[in-house]
Amino acid sequence: MASWIEKQRSIMDFTLSSLMRRKGKNIALFLVYTLVVFMLGSALFFTQALKREAALILKDAPEMVVQRLLGGRYDTIPVAYVEKISTIRGVVAAGPRLWGYYFDPSVGANYTLQVPRNNPPGRGQIIIGNGIARSRTVSQGDIMSLRGYDGLVRNYTVHGKLSAESELVSADLMLMAEADFRDLFQFPAALATDIVVTVRNHTELPTIAQKVADLLPDTRPIIREEMVRTYEAVFDWRGGVVLVLLTMALLAFVIFAWEKASGLSAEERREIGILKAIGWETSDIIAVKTYEGLFVSFFSFICGILAAYGHVFFSSACLFAPALKGWSVLYPAFRITPFIDPYQVAVLFFLTVAPYTVATIVPSWRAAIVDPDAVMRS
Amino acid sequence: MILQPGIIALLLVSLFMTGMILYSSFFGLRIIRRWDLQSGSEEQLALERRTYLISTILAYALVFQIGSLFLFVYTADSLHRLFVGAMCAAGVLNIDPYGYPTFLLKILNLMLAGLWLIINYADNQAYDYPLLRKKYILLIIIAPLIVTESVIQLLYFLEMKADVITSCCGSLFSPPRGNLSAEIVSITPVQTAMTESLAQSLKTTPKTSDLILACCEGIFTGEALALIMTIVTALRVQTVMAGFYLTLAMTFASGIAYYIKGKLGLLFSFASTTFFLISCVSVLSFISLYFYELPTHRCPFCLLQKEYGYVGYILYASLLAGAVSGLGVGILRPFARLSSLSASLPLLQKRLTLLCLVTYFLFAGLVIYRMASTDFTLGVL
Amino acid sequence: MIKLLNVRKGFNLGKPNEFTAVNGITLTLEANRITVLKGPSGSGKTTLLSLIGGMARPTVGRITLRRAGKNGADAEIEVTSLPERFLAEIRCRTFGFIFQQLNLVKGISVLENVMLPAYPLGENNRVVRARAQALLDTFGLGDRPSAKVEWLSGGEAQRVAMARALMNDPPVIIADEPTAHLDSKLSVEFMEIISRLKDEGKTAIIASHDPLVFGAGMIDRVISLRDGMIEGDAP
Repeated sequence: MASWIEKQRSIMDFTLSSLMRRKGKNIALFLVYTLVVFMLGSALFFTQALKREAALILKDAPEMVVQRLLGGRYDTIPVAYVEKISTIRGVVAAGPRLWGYYFDPSVGANYTLQVPRNNPPGRGQIIIGNGIARSRTVSQGDIMSLRGYDGLVRNYTVHGKLSAESELVSADLMLMAEADFRDLFQFPAALATDIVVTVRNHTELPTIAQKVADLLPDTRPIIREEMVRTYEAVFDWRGGVVLVLLTMALLAFVIFAWEKASGLSAEERREIGILKAIGWETSDIIAVKTYEGLFVSFFSFICGILAAYGHVFFSSACLFAPALKGWSVLYPAFRITPFIDPYQVAVLFFLTVAPYTVATIVPSWRAAIVDPDAVMRS
Repeated sequence: MILQPGIIALLLVSLFMTGMILYSSFFGLRIIRRWDLQSGSEEQLALERRTYLISTILAYALVFQIGSLFLFVYTADSLHRLFVGAMCAAGVLNIDPYGYPTFLLKILNLMLAGLWLIINYADNQAYDYPLLRKKYILLIIIAPLIVTESVIQLLYFLEMKADVITSCCGSLFSPPRGNLSAEIVSITPVQTAMTESLAQSLKTTPKTSDLILACCEGIFTGEALALIMTIVTALRVQTVMAGFYLTLAMTFASGIAYYIKGKLGLLFSFASTTFFLISCVSVLSFISLYFYELPTHRCPFCLLQKEYGYVGYILYASLLAGAVSGLGVGILRPFARLSSLSASLPLLQKRLTLLCLVTYFLFAGLVIYRMASTDFTLGVL
Repeated sequence: MIKLLNVRKGFNLGKPNEFTAVNGITLTLEANRITVLKGPSGSGKTTLLSLIGGMARPTVGRITLRRAGKNGADAEIEVTSLPERFLAEIRCRTFGFIFQQLNLVKGISVLENVMLPAYPLGENNRVVRARAQALLDTFGLGDRPSAKVEWLSGGEAQRVAMARALMNDPPVIIADEPTAHLDSKLSVEFMEIISRLKDEGKTAIIASHDPLVFGAGMIDRVISLRDGMIEGDAP
């Protein structure tokens, strides 16, 4: 056992010195390999981190929301429905929610206007998110003018700004009092945007949702879990799509790796022949090649992951963001919370190191079967 | 298909593995037909060189298979939020009929690859390649199994449909599927149409023929695991525990006897394989309960999660390693009579025995330590 | 002691450029002797050497090797159809090679070159290093273990090659045209070293067409080769 360890150690020493001797070729390989790990890693980390953020945000979403449909399209819901929903057994509370979108032509952005259930601002006052503050360059105490649906301009005082930590959800958010909201949008008093429902037993949600749908056939109850699942699937899918597109890069990398491993220079061939002539066997040479692959893979993988981590979490994926996030005017300036777990590292490993290893198996073997005889007669 | 990165990685690895194994079997066939050690011809030399490639490929295949098994379970676990009622990998694997067959095939292929490498190592110790034919015939048997595994895995992922809202007008509120995760959590036997009669008969005295028939039906309808769970939960914990300790003792006794005296090798191999199978049942029956400290949580996959210190990895890795090495001892036994192997084989078998005992010791040690140190008792020990 | 029985080695068999380098040689080479293979180029000297040294397998024929067994008794092994891993191990322990081109690995130091044959045997690194250093000392290169081989003179490189050949203390030294790149003085020195090795109990098989070699006094046997067959065999 000890001699096997010694032997592996000696072979590893030789491998390292052999890698150093062919710096040019190995550095090229290292750079390309690192780049591939970086690209795939960035895509992976980014989508996974976003997925996690979305899940965290959705945790605070209401358990069930009831919307009304008119002609298959989303419409306002009568406040009277609240009463009916409250009668369903298992429902703890039901309440109307008022929110909507306001298009601001001066900056070309959509604001989300909402009447908060707790601590709404006073009349004439609004609380705005950082995105709005930035694009309209307003801060606390300033006055914002919004044009209502009756054509009249109304002025509101900015009472406060929403916290920077919540910017991901609140960048474009504007909170105002109910009366102001109804006035601005000419929203009838008997209607609300949707109804939020709280139930006693979480597992009863699907049953209660079914009852709501039976009781009020023109409504559409949406359970939070469904939203969570859908978002999760969407992010997974997005991440997957990017990875699939990057398979082109992966394929090119595999071909490159194969090429590099197969291209035995005359010098290398001679060296292997000498080793075999002085008593090294084929499996020793295969061991050399395997260790070479391991060292290169290890360093490239580590560097690639570190680069991807820095890229995604320190620069917020500056290279990818435009493609993955879509376009919008009001962008939250948010820092993605660093999130990396062993599972992602394992997936990345299988997506990068495995193809490289497979690409180099046959070339390594071909190198190892060089005939020692050839060295005698050269 | 859900295009999750983990799934892409698994499909990619399976693709590679299938390619590598098919490539190797192709040469394996040629080697079986044209091998002639006495000839010094070019072809013979080329074949000898090719054997190095095949050994290398199989070694990598084993490494990938181990990784792929754990990645598969982990991916299934991470998908659980997409399916109503699935709480962990156990539920996700039951989403469509291909989940558990893929899982079981992966384990089988892992063990076969391990065995192949053991036989290959033994073959290389002799100077006349005595096990060459058998080795490559085994490879040709492994090949279709790997292909099947890849295909079934692909089907598993293709058939998966996440419970997500797909239309802006509709919603789901689907009730939880009455599926296995509920099974693993509770002790009531699953009541599917097929197993109802079986569940009834299990409450009294099950007939072996019924069991076998039901198992076969189960495999074909994908209800196999529901069946196994039914049987497991119907068995009394004391019975399984007794079986566990008994086979453990037998394995160690015969293993030590074999290591020191060279006797009872076949018994040891048989005992170690039986211990492996009983341990699998034990994990479902009582071991998991001690780790979760819940009398109803029997899921074997949750042990792999962070909450339990990733203990599942050590447990399953040691169990599998022990199973493969123990099996290896038995497989090699018929070849001890060959003259070229007479010197090296006993040593190899002893080493395998030692490996088996050490890994089983680790497994049993962890389990027994947990059972002894936790406050939770099943009222048994 | 090495026995060859009706050994034939052909290349490119079945193809139009087929040729037979060694054509039916039966030979017994005794231990602790210096044997020289003499003959013009193309006579099969190099091929015969590589067959003897286990680097190639004969197309037809058998080669057996007798070496000291573990219990003191000699063991006779047929190496013709040994799998490569066993052959390599035998080659490692039994033979030390000195090639015509010297074949030192460029880019690594002299000491590392000498240590190379010991790697597959898995000995402790420090022991190996010490032994290699000692060998370099005996060949007068002990003061420059980390010199790169590219900077050595012909004679120095030759001595490094010899040190490497002796690394595993092999009982047989095989040299292919060792004096091809050496001047007369160095050639004589080389033969003296071989003679010393014989006194230590080693066997040497040298292929050469240099009169300084096959005419040297300490040679025990000269085998003349032509066209792959033995032409003459003189003590």
